[in-house]
Amino acid sequence: MAQEESITETEEFIETEEASDPRIGVFVCECGVNIGGVVNCRAVADYAATLPGVVHSTVNKYTCSDAGQSEIKQAIMEYDLNRVLVASCTPKTHESIFRACVEEGGLNPYLFEFVNIREHCSWIHMQDKESATMKASELVRMGISRARLLEPLQSTEVPVTNRALVIGAGVAGMQAALDIADMGYKVYLVEKNPSIGGKMAQLDKTFPTNDCSICILGPKMVEVSRNRNIELMTYSEVEEVNGYVGNFKAKVRHKPRFVDITTCTGCGLCVQKCPIEVPDFEFNEGIGTRKAIYVPFPQAVPLRAVVDRSVCIDCGACSKACESHSINMEQEETFSDLEVGVIVVTTGYDVYNPEPTHDFGYGLYDNVITGMELERLLNASGPTMGKLVRPSDVRPPKRIGFIQCVGSRDKKRNRYCSGFCCMYALKDAQLIREKYPDSEVYIMYMDIRAPFRNYEEFYDRARDMGIKFIRGKPGRVTEDKDSNITVRVEDTLTNNIYNLELDLLVLSVGAVASESSERVRQLLKVSRAADGFMMEAHPKLKPVDTTLDGIFIGGVTQGPKDIPYSVSQGSACAARATRYLAQGKASTEGITVDVDRDTCVGCGICVPMCPFQALSMTDGKLEIIKALCKGCGTCAVACPTGALQQDHFKNNQILAQVRSAFIFEGE
Amino acid sequence: MTDNEWEPKIVAFCCNWCSYGGADTAGMGRFQQPSSLRIIRVMCSGRIDPMHVLNAFLEGADAVLVTGCHIGDCHYVNGNYKAEVRYRFLEEMVRELGLEPERLQLNWISASEGEKFANFVRDVTAQVKQLGPSPLKPEGVN
Ligand SMILES: Cc1cc2nc3c(=O)[nH]c(=O)nc-3n(C[C@H](O)[C@H](O)[C@H](O)COP(=O)(O)OP(=O)(O)OC[C@H]3O[C@@H](n4cnc5c(N)ncnc54)[C@H](O)[C@@H]3O)c2cc1C
Ligand code: SF4
Ligand code: SF4
Repeated sequence: MAQEESITETEEFIETEEASDPRIGVFVCECGVNIGGVVNCRAVADYAATLPGVVHSTVNKYTCSDAGQSEIKQAIMEYDLNRVLVASCTPKTHESIFRACVEEGGLNPYLFEFVNIREHCSWIHMQDKESATMKASELVRMGISRARLLEPLQSTEVPVTNRALVIGAGVAGMQAALDIADMGYKVYLVEKNPSIGGKMAQLDKTFPTNDCSICILGPKMVEVSRNRNIELMTYSEVEEVNGYVGNFKAKVRHKPRFVDITTCTGCGLCVQKCPIEVPDFEFNEGIGTRKAIYVPFPQAVPLRAVVDRSVCIDCGACSKACESHSINMEQEETFSDLEVGVIVVTTGYDVYNPEPTHDFGYGLYDNVITGMELERLLNASGPTMGKLVRPSDVRPPKRIGFIQCVGSRDKKRNRYCSGFCCMYALKDAQLIREKYPDSEVYIMYMDIRAPFRNYEEFYDRARDMGIKFIRGKPGRVTEDKDSNITVRVEDTLTNNIYNLELDLLVLSVGAVASESSERVRQLLKVSRAADGFMMEAHPKLKPVDTTLDGIFIGGVTQGPKDIPYSVSQGSACAARATRYLAQGKASTEGITVDVDRDTCVGCGICVPMCPFQALSMTDGKLEIIKALCKGCGTCAVACPTGALQQDHFKNNQILAQVRSAFIFEGE
Repeated sequence: MTDNEWEPKIVAFCCNWCSYGGADTAGMGRFQQPSSLRIIRVMCSGRIDPMHVLNAFLEGADAVLVTGCHIGDCHYVNGNYKAEVRYRFLEEMVRELGLEPERLQLNWISASEGEKFANFVRDVTAQVKQLGPSPLKPEGVN
């Protein structure tokens, strides 16, 4: 077989292991009973020992354990192994561990081959031990034929730009930005809205202590804006991201506010003079109103005005009123190009919208509102100054009902539990009882979920306060001529059917993945979980990592969770991200493409195949920029002469696997 | 394998990021499947060469599956578009070789779609069992 020539001057020459003299060590893992309970691992190891190139084959209880790894290292020495094959679980979690292990044993890490006989074998063929054992043997046979052809590779170390990008400035993003900044690194914090704060800024109080939400968030928002290491970019969105860990390039679009953010003082004189008034959907859930020029909310950071040009009539009243001449209707969008080493995504969520499907009469009856609308109605600086009124006649409601799990735990909507709706309903019900002791409050629920410290106690407190709980999901909601709501619900604990008459019905809506989060997800290529939120690299061990090096996710963008949990994840993202910043270097994938110059005819067909511009053609010669190559191998398929080969997935390696999937009689 | 029931052999090319992860998720969810599948992991569905697929048939595969991330979700931007283009070409080839179209299938499966992965394996295996061994299978291969 022809040896591959190295293609760039800078690349270190790697001595190619003689494929003709493979000395393979095979380690079959029982994984306790996970594999061993189904697959006859001994039989698999014995079979492997008969295959060409295998000089050692054994069974371990847990190959990844300290003992198992020591055994591999020892076997490398003892049997002079030049290839190691482990048949155990998935490379997605354990490949890096075993690569490091064989490297410690003195082998190039790419001379390791992984065969998955747990996820792809024992767990899915539990009922048929014989087939499972046979399949495991065949998978190992395929792995061995590939292992024989593996070649050593070198991963390159790249310098890491010591700045971070945090996308989304809710409570999770603020925490991530503050932590990274406090560790001494520069952070760009990009927020699409005119103010930071996210959903938490809209809340009245927060469970389980019922402390005022903005009172604890406000100072943090100010801290973010004051931190010298944080460059705040509000009313901005990330448009484009290129590069790889350590060397990301992001293009950020700054939307025009039509107000000079550097001179505006947030005094609000302009707002007073503006003649245009529209419902405030951005902050007050459509309950209150705002002007065409407005300051998002009293505690906004930055406390600056912004013009909504879609309703502005260009009357000039604001410009006349502004003493600092900050208004500039000619302002255009601008762009920044950022270079960062790591990216943290904390773009949060949307609340489930019951309007299109008219869940429980929402959108049909005035007096059916969502939990978020209730937060604004209870908030002292909200549109009603904290006075609870019902939308139809602005009178204080006496009988208030909550319906839980709206949009959540429902096969027709979202299967998952949104986690925080039980708790916020308990909170808001308590707040209502405190403010209006003669009110009647009902919570209609399937289960009340209140884990974590003081949450169950919070539930008890709600019961002690006389809030009535009905276990059952309402069937029918109707409205009478006085706009009162009747909810028909069966209490499944007592089998009583109630026709509950209410003045106000609150739907405890859950969390859904937002469209703007989805855009960021697609931009960065973060995986999407079945529930639509972003997916972590490992559900237990890498809860804020993604499968992409240098990109982290935290807060509700990763899945529904409450504030304490979001804040913890923000900090976790910061800790995970700063590992790269602190080291100042990262190693990129060793798997790239190589060109065989003798075979390459310079046709250039491969060049447009690469989405990362790693390939270019100068004077009929193919250039490969290894740092840009992400090792997908797409170009290699396009090459008509077979001159381009993807390391570690060379045609001969793949075809050896294909061939050994089958047995020929007499072999 | 039980003596009386023929078990087809199906080669599945899976991309590292989505469909291979889908197979993992199926395993984690213990979604039982026929033991017909032999997965070959590649980094991207865009790396799946028509030659790999044809080779699999010539070596004895009763069916070949080309799988990857959903369109728009490719880890390498658009490798799956390229995979799809090549797949269309292969579909044509398969017909010309006299193989039934069911023997070559394309499916986009995300890492979270374990159940989908398992159902896919079950469906294809059932379809191929109906068809019997591939006419291209060399004599004496199983
Ligand atoms: C009615 C209700 C009451 C609640 N009450 C409580 C409570 O009492 N206690 C509690 O612990 N939890 C409560 N929660 C849950 C709480 O809202 C969340 O846990 C918390 O807000 C999550 O914060 P986050 O930073 O992850 O997301 P968010 O608050 O959603 O912040 C995300 C930020 O990212 C921004 N963003 C989105 N997309 C982009 C983009 N493309 N580019 C730039 N920026 C972007 C958003 O504008 C936003 O500022 C309640 C939830 C609801 C619905
Ligand atoms: S634009 Fe002018 S008037 Fe309006 S808030 Fe800013 S400083 Fe005040
Ligand atoms: S392997 Fe993928 S990333 Fe590397 S040069 Fe080829 S197409 Fe580009």
